[in-house]
Order: sequence, then structure tokens, then C-alpha cells
Amino acid sequence: MDVHEYQAKEILSGFGVEVPPGALAYSPEQAAYRARELGGDKWVVKAQVHAGGRGKAGGVKLCDSDDAIQEACEGMFGRKLVTHQTGPEGKGIYRVYVEAAVPIEREFYLGLVMDRSSQRVMIVASAEGGMEIEEISAEKPDSIVRSTVEPAVGLQDFQAREIAFELGIEPRLVSQVVRTLQGCYRAFSELDATMVEINPLVVTGDDRVIALDAKMTFDYNALFRHPQISELRDKSQEDPCESRAADRGLSYVGLDGNIGCIVNGAGLAMATMDTIMLAGGAPANFLDIGGGATPERVAKAFRLVMSDKNVQAVLVNIFAGINRCDWVAEGLVQALNEVQVDVPVIARLAGTNVEEGQRILSKSGLPIIRAGTLMEASERAVVAWQNDLTQATRMRAVK
Amino acid sequence: MSILLDRDTRVIVQGITGRMARFHTKDMLEYGTNVVGGVVPGKGGQKVEGVPVFDTVKEAVTATGAEASLVFVPPPFAADSIMEAADGGIRYCVCITDGIPAGDMIRVKRYMMRYPKERRMVLTGPNCAGTISPGKALLGIMPGHIYLPGNVGIVGRSGTLGYEAAAQLKELGLGVSTSVGIGGDPINGSSFKDILERFENDADTDVVCMIGEIGGPQEAEAADYIRDHVTKPVVAYVAGLTAPKGRTMGHAGAIISAFGESASEKVEILENVGVTVAENPAVIGKTVAEVMGKAA
Repeated sequence: MDVHEYQAKEILSGFGVEVPPGALAYSPEQAAYRARELGGDKWVVKAQVHAGGRGKAGGVKLCDSDDAIQEACEGMFGRKLVTHQTGPEGKGIYRVYVEAAVPIEREFYLGLVMDRSSQRVMIVASAEGGMEIEEISAEKPDSIVRSTVEPAVGLQDFQAREIAFELGIEPRLVSQVVRTLQGCYRAFSELDATMVEINPLVVTGDDRVIALDAKMTFDYNALFRHPQISELRDKSQEDPCESRAADRGLSYVGLDGNIGCIVNGAGLAMATMDTIMLAGGAPANFLDIGGGATPERVAKAFRLVMSDKNVQAVLVNIFAGINRCDWVAEGLVQALNEVQVDVPVIARLAGTNVEEGQRILSKSGLPIIRAGTLMEASERAVVAWQNDLTQATRMRAVK
Repeated sequence: MSILLDRDTRVIVQGITGRMARFHTKDMLEYGTNVVGGVVPGKGGQKVEGVPVFDTVKEAVTATGAEASLVFVPPPFAADSIMEAADGGIRYCVCITDGIPAGDMIRVKRYMMRYPKERRMVLTGPNCAGTISPGKALLGIMPGHIYLPGNVGIVGRSGTLGYEAAAQLKELGLGVSTSVGIGGDPINGSSFKDILERFENDADTDVVCMIGEIGGPQEAEAADYIRDHVTKPVVAYVAGLTAPKGRTMGHAGAIISAFGESASEKVEILENVGVTVAENPAVIGKTVAEVMGKAA
């Protein structure tokens, strides 16, 4: 789960990481008022969206007056910010963060990630701050310093010092960098983060080490023990379909194609999408309805998939093991009688009692296109999608 | 003797009194698995499906001689249960639970290192369907009847995609020596490499079928291992060619976040070390059959 920059800064500040003084605003007027409260004569207005690359996209503005702040805000509030991380649809700006501008001497990159090779938390740092880590690793791979943390004892000061010296931090500032690294690691491990990124971490003209930007991502699976973190969820930053799916316990990712997918199991769901592509189509979504394909879950899945207006055919692929095909087929029929589905439906059932499942589907009288194998199902889905408006049987299953 | 478990392996089920655990305990017993007990703190003395329940793993091991354990404990308590198994003398543990915090799994992996290698528990999962040696024993939640006994070793992240492969093999008359689910989580007990090593040294396995997906370095690590150490033919399929970068595809670990983690890159890495890659999931069985030199 992602949080906003201002929330990440508040959290990290609680662990001893120094951040610039700042305040949140919900309107241009409030932003100008907050700037006056902060004092000084230069401020940075930052759009709060769950995405990186805000600066290049116009979501960060340096301002030196009330009017400049109001003007910057008017260009942000209610608009969608499109960065290289948001996709073409962008993310809505409903909050801005106003910060006192900081005189920057040097910029660094600092990140903490869950490293899957060592199966430990890894600290990644570079003296090439301000660039995205992907750019740094492509262009200046030698500038990257890495260190993994032994989970039983946590980050040791000597490790933090090593990183600081390798980055070329002046000896008099090393203790501040150590405090920053320790704060980031403690926040990471105590709050079950999966990523902490400070880019840039800056050294100021007056010898302070400050997190100028901050990003944190938290482990969904650990939110049960961090209610204060789960409260930070901002649904305005999520895809509406994906939010709805998550609230219903389904795992859904929207894509650009026209063939909706309803599958049990994440691996099989990805494999189904791949087969659709190989058959010449494009999947509209990833959807894993979980191991037990109950009628309720299948009905929920149909409602979700049909809420995507681009969907012109739906492919259902269920491998029924313990839950037999006949039971899954009954659920499918029940779901199609409950949910209005006016595009072709292709169903492929496999596993236990498959013949009985097929019999139930054909007996139902519903115009379900049946398929035996995954390839056959994908080919039929692509044909049905191509012929949808002209030939294929249209389904009007009204409750 | 097949890898990891056999007909005689004495098995306990941690969290046996839960609804799903009871169901699958019954299923495993019917399959022939030697389930000798269960563990649920505070429910010692009860019986489930005719097997005794104990308060602790140590008690269960002392009373039954259990060597393997299946963990069905809910996510907040699962890591603790795995560590209890590791400390209680369990040799092989399968964790089915989906949704364990990644930080907990880092601690579990660290905890297991405190035992010398010869006494260290082997863990597969979490977030997997389990392990089956067809005709011998089933330690998990998979439908046993879709697997024929034979000499193809299967190792994969996904449950249902693994079923798909086994069912395709059965359709072609091919059987499985052991099928191991390593699970869909970013931090897991055993990697592809760990299981490949076992199949390479297993007299019952002639060919290995490896089912990977996007995310993480374990397919690439397996490729290095195959190049240097595996003499048996390996067939692979990697799911997620159409998965976009940076999005989690169901499994917590199925996310492309670095170079070499996409399906097409993994396919290339595997092909470069001589692995035969099935181009789509519908031909996994056929590709294995071809590699085994049998007419499909």
C-alpha cells in the first residue's frame, strides 16, 4: 500500500529523520496561508499523488509569493497529474504539500528494499541523487552502494558509516547520515514497509542532512497489525475497479484489451492472459478469484469484469480440484442468471468431474461457448470478440 | 524413495481443528498419507479424523515420531508455527497459508539458520498448494487424482497452473515422481534451485518440469544452477508474458520490479542454458513428452 509524500515524511520524522518544515493544504487559499505560517520567502508546492516523477510532470513548483503559490495550486487542484509512473490516465490532485525551500548543496539517493536474492532488507544508496534509481543503475551503476541487514540484530552503525563514507559524505556530517539510515531502517522493519525511498537526501548549505522527498510502501499482508498505517489509504489514488475488487477480496488488475478474464489461481490467470495474446487477442484484466470458485465469487467477478466498458467477451477458466466442476458449473449458471452479461461468455472447466460440469452448462440453455483446452478457449474467445457485434450469440441473461 | 516425503513419512497438521485443515486432513488420509496427529495450542487431547491433537509440536513429535508438518495456521500466527516446527524436530514443513507478512518470513528464514545443516528443517511455501509424491503421499491441498505416478518432477510457484500441467501429463499417460509447490510469496522457504538439486539427485526423476512466473530472481538463479549442475532435461514455462511492469499479479511475489524479472527475459535466460521452454501453458505436457522422446 502506497502513502503520500507528506505522510511518509511524518512517519520518518517520528523515527528521527530530518525533513523540511511543511504543511498540507486542500485549496489554493489554504496553501498560501500555510506558506505564511511557515515563514520564509521561498516555498515549494508539491502535488500529493501516489507516483514518482512529479517534478518533470509539473507537480512540483518553486514559488516566492502568495500569488505564485495560488497560481501554482490552481494549475494542480482537480487536475490529473500524468507522470511516467501513473499511466496515461494520470492521478487526481486533491492535496498539496507546501514546504519551506531548502538551500541544496549536494543530493543523494537512498532506498531500502526487500531484496529477494538475499531474502533480507537491502540499503541502496548513490551520490547521484535526484535521478530515478532505474536511471542511476543504467547510467552510473558504479555509483551504487549496497548493504544488506542481518535481521536478527538489525542495521549496525558501522554499516551506516560505511555507506556514508562510500558516498563521500564529509566526516562532520556522517553521524547525521547514520541517524537518517537508522531511522529509515527502524521505520521499515517496525512498520512492515516493503520500500522506503528518499530521493533526494540532501546536504544543505548550513550542514544539515534532510529528506527532501520521501516515499513509503507498506506490506498489505501486515496491515492487520498497523491500523494507523491502513488509515492512510487514499482511494482517490487507486483505480476504481481495483479498489472495488480489493474490497471484495478479489485480486484484479485492469489492462488495455477487450477480453475479460475470470480465473482461479494467480499463475493460471497469468497463463490464461498469455494464451489469449498468443491466440491474437488482448486481455482486459488479470483476475484471480481464489481457490474456491463459489457461485458468489463468480457472480462478483462477472460484475467486476463487466464494469469495464471495453470488455467485449469474457473467458472463464476454472481448474476445479477439490471443488468439483459440476459445482463450479452450477455456480457459473447461477451467476449468469444474476448478472446481466451482454457479451459472449467462453467457459473452460477442467479437473474433477469435468463431464458433469459440461452437461450442466449445456443443459442451462445459456449461450455459453464451451471449450476443452486452454488454447481452444482462448481461440474461441478471440473469434467471439472479433465477431461479437455481427455473428456471435448475444447474451441477455436478466435477473 | 522420492524427494521430501514418502509413503511412511509421519505427518502432523498444525492448525488441524480449522475447517479447511479438517477437510484436507481427511483428504490426505484417504490418499494414504500417514497423518499421525495435529497441533493446536490449548486443544491437546482432542481428536480430528481419528488422529490425536497436541498442544505443542514437541509433544506431537515425542508421542508420534512425526517428521513432517503441514501448516494451516492463519497469517498472523503462521510464522510462529513454522518456527515451532523447526525447533520441534520436524524435518520437512509445508506451509499453505497465504498472506504472511514478508517481514515475518525474513525472520523465519533467519531463525532456521540457527540449526546446523544436518538438523535444519526444509520448508516449502508459504502460499503454495503443497507437495505430492503420487501413489505414496500427499502433503497439501491438491486433488490427488490428477497425478499419475511416474518420473517427471514438477516444481512450480502456482497451485492451479501446476494442476494444469499434471493433468496435461496424465492425459498423455505420463506420471509424476514428486510435485513441489514453492509458493507465490516474495520470501519463500525453498527456491527453484533448492528443489532442482533434489530432483537431480533423485533416482525416481528423469525429467524436471519447472513452472515459473514474473517477479524475483529465482528462475535466473535456477538457470545458473542448471547450467553448472543439472544433467537431467528440464522443461519450463514462465507465466506472465502479458503482465505489466510494477503491478502485483495476484501472488505477492508476482511483480516485475527489476531487470530480468519479466517473463520474456526469464524465458531467454532459461533457453540460454538449454532448458526447453513451452511457448504456451496449453503445451506444457506435450513439451515434456517430446523431451522425453515419446510421441505426443
